[in-house]
Amino acid sequence: MATGEIRTLVIEKEFAHPPEKVWRALTQGALIKEWLMDNDFQPVVGHKFSFRATPVGTWSGVIESQVLVVEPNQKLSYSWGTLGVDTAVTWTLAATRTGTLLRMEQSGFGPEQDANYKGAKYGWTKFIGNMERVVGDLQ
Amino acid sequence: MPNVATDTVFKALADPTRRAIFERLTRDGQLTVHALTARAGVSQPMVSKHLSALKRARLVRHRRDGRETHYSVHPEALAPLMDWMTQYGAFWRDRLARLENLLDRMD
Repeated sequence: MATGEIRTLVIEKEFAHPPEKVWRALTQGALIKEWLMDNDFQPVVGHKFSFRATPVGTWSGVIESQVLVVEPNQKLSYSWGTLGVDTAVTWTLAATRTGTLLRMEQSGFGPEQDANYKGAKYGWTKFIGNMERVVGDLQ
Repeated sequence: MPNVATDTVFKALADPTRRAIFERLTRDGQLTVHALTARAGVSQPMVSKHLSALKRARLVRHRRDGRETHYSVHPEALAPLMDWMTQYGAFWRDRLARLENLLDRMD
């Protein structure tokens, strides 16, 4: 078992709405709360915030996050840390003829990547490893 | 999806006694074999055997302090399990369906 194993979950879904509208749903706190979780998100790189879900058992329901990338109407990324596991969630929006193709990518980080990940530099190139991709059958 | 790390974690937690030991460590933090044996309902050699299996799965780690060995849960222990759950995608599938519903209601 590789201790630094890295896995990535990719889910894509197409919406019959323009990227600008999808972007609003992804970046406005009140709207995020409606589909994801209560939060104090701000679309500002470096902003630290948390998502708050209903606690389950010994899990506090709190997800500690920090905004990593904000490219309006195109790309949004934040860290996603809970239960001692740090991942990053990245949303990519692409305009299609009929709306928006939204891609959600969640990357898991092993302990070795943790130092890099928490460092100032955010680079996907660091996250080489045993990457697996799963595209959800959402359509 | 076959994955060695996931298999090891699932197998280690498939045994109820082992799972109880793991849960106990999750709740109480650091414990010795003696403390674990007092509540496990099985002999100390059995507890030690279970702890070895949990260590192999990297679910617990140990720290020697004189003659005592203290066991605690490995912080990244459940990562493969989390990955597995994530890959089942139930969470994000559900949330993206809600997002679609929200978008349909938005101006």
